[in-house]
Amino acid sequence: MAAETRILFRNIDEPGLASIRTYRRLGGYEAVKKAYQEMEPEQVLHELEESGLRGRGGAGFSMGKKASFLPRGDMDKYLCCNADESEPGAFKDRELMQKNPHQLIEGIIIAARAAGANRCFIFIRGEYDLQGDILDAAVEEAYGAGYLGTDVLGTGQQVKLVVHRGAGAYICGEETALLDSLEGKRGNPRLKPPFPAVQGLYGGPTLINNVETLSNAPHIISSGAEWFKSFGTEQSPGTKVVSVSGDVQRPGNYEVELGVPTKLLINDLAGGPPKGHKVKGFFPGGSSSPVLTGDEGMKLPYSFEAMQEAGSMLGSGSIIVFDETTSVVDLALRTARFYHHESCGKCTPCREGTNWTVKMLERLTRGEATPMDIEVIASVQENIIGHCLCVLGDSMAMPIGAMVKKYRSEFDDKLISQSYSAAAKAA
Amino acid sequence: MSPAEIHSLALEAALREEREPHADPEGVPEPSEVEVPRALRREIQRSMKRYPQKRSASIPALWAVQRRYGWCTPDGIRQAAAVMGVTPAYLESIASFYDLFHLEPTGDHQVLVCTNISCWLRGADELLGAFCEAAETGGPGHSSPDGKVYVRGFECLGACDIAPMVSIDERYYGPLEPADAADAVEQMRMRGEEVLPAKRLEDRGAAGGKRNPADDRITAHTMNKPKRPRPKSAARKKKS
Repeated sequence: MAAETRILFRNIDEPGLASIRTYRRLGGYEAVKKAYQEMEPEQVLHELEESGLRGRGGAGFSMGKKASFLPRGDMDKYLCCNADESEPGAFKDRELMQKNPHQLIEGIIIAARAAGANRCFIFIRGEYDLQGDILDAAVEEAYGAGYLGTDVLGTGQQVKLVVHRGAGAYICGEETALLDSLEGKRGNPRLKPPFPAVQGLYGGPTLINNVETLSNAPHIISSGAEWFKSFGTEQSPGTKVVSVSGDVQRPGNYEVELGVPTKLLINDLAGGPPKGHKVKGFFPGGSSSPVLTGDEGMKLPYSFEAMQEAGSMLGSGSIIVFDETTSVVDLALRTARFYHHESCGKCTPCREGTNWTVKMLERLTRGEATPMDIEVIASVQENIIGHCLCVLGDSMAMPIGAMVKKYRSEFDDKLISQSYSAAAKAA
Repeated sequence: MSPAEIHSLALEAALREEREPHADPEGVPEPSEVEVPRALRREIQRSMKRYPQKRSASIPALWAVQRRYGWCTPDGIRQAAAVMGVTPAYLESIASFYDLFHLEPTGDHQVLVCTNISCWLRGADELLGAFCEAAETGGPGHSSPDGKVYVRGFECLGACDIAPMVSIDERYYGPLEPADAADAVEQMRMRGEEVLPAKRLEDRGAAGGKRNPADDRITAHTMNKPKRPRPKSAARKKKS
């Protein structure tokens, strides 16, 4: 498809790509050779920083800058690949790991060079058992070929890599909760600062990056930062694997240059809503991003900055489309229930706020809510945002707040007074 | 489970193990006093070696226990604790935090039906109902009467492209119709039968495209069947 620009997804369905033999035949592991044999660690770091690659896990922070925060010196440094993809609507990392695991491993080895990390972990969610098996096999192959181990490609640098499986907790995708979980504790987020770059895993400096971010590194090193910047927009260079799902005819992962029209993603690539239906609204970046209505959102370019300007966010790059048959009140309840289930319970605003939001939305769907309840729902959301250690609570508050604001009439229609007047009319 | 039920279970467990019901929680078990199956011990020790700190092996150790006994049995947790040199209570606190660990018996086959937004928009609630009905579990979160099939609703499993979807014995299938549920349950009950072979995630190409079937790494994988035996009542067997 012409509208797609496949860099990470190039050769994605090539038979045997998950094996090191095929991956190398298609030019794989050349970037690692370049990074270790022709470049100094500072040059690798500079190239990544220069490329302007922004983190693909949700926050969109510059990857090179993050790596540069790690202190220099000879202590143990850690690199964690965040493969705990649990954001509702996101499934890009799953496909990247399942079909092209060596691209990720190569990216990790390169990032380890840039950050000076010697111990690396892939924290993969426990549900991704198939992908975990494939990664295990691929890591073993990479050790066998000398790309991993105590002496990478004869340079004397040590890079060890362990695939660590989680056991089912959304919160472990939050970077400090991920570290706690990896240390063998319950996945509770930590207070920041200190940031992981200074004090992370086992108290050591730690770089944490998403699967897709790291998968970009081999391409940047082999083709250069200038080449990378020729894709996408000035502030969001490169391509993005976008997961499109929900009420569309061809859900799936599409790799596009950042800045393409959102309409192209939803209508042309994913086939738009089923015949005879139209886009009522969508989450532009997973369930944590404030919803956009079809009218306001479809005309926006799909980039970090455009989504932020529209009051939402690109997040992990996962579009969930809902058509006009969807009740936004039910959607809000479904969304709130998820965050209520996944709240780790450490901070009160999130633990109680998610609980009460669910209770009030349930009351609303039963037709027993008073007008004050809607005000309370809105104010609870405001009181969660920014008041917890991590953003899980905010991730519920932002989309629910946006739903109440943008689809207020649907919420009002469910009020008790409305159900009385409807009953009166019927009588 | 209600607090009262948990309390009475704990009481029973204490009496069975001839402990004082309200004594202090158990400390780190004496390795010589706990009999640990050799394979389990070796697997946990191997996990501990992979990390700079042994506690990092908590989750891998619990996975090993769950694979061996079908769920995280109190005995299994105690064995893992003895190998790792931590208290059983510590491991239990980990097991209770994560959704994939079971602290009570489940069925031989696990069906997790995704009910999150994308799947819900495409009929996940009906699918969950169909699985419960086909397996006669009497509702989500329960096993079929013969103990073969356990069905529960689950949060986003990360496969919205094949919505509505399920994870059966840790492999993904979709998109499914409610009618597929009866077939899947039937296939799970038959030994050696492949489950929903036409709906496997690993056969799909990117963006809904076709995947080349010549990919030996994908098609020759033994992934369509539960790869580990799930003994039905290993805990009871072990006790005797």
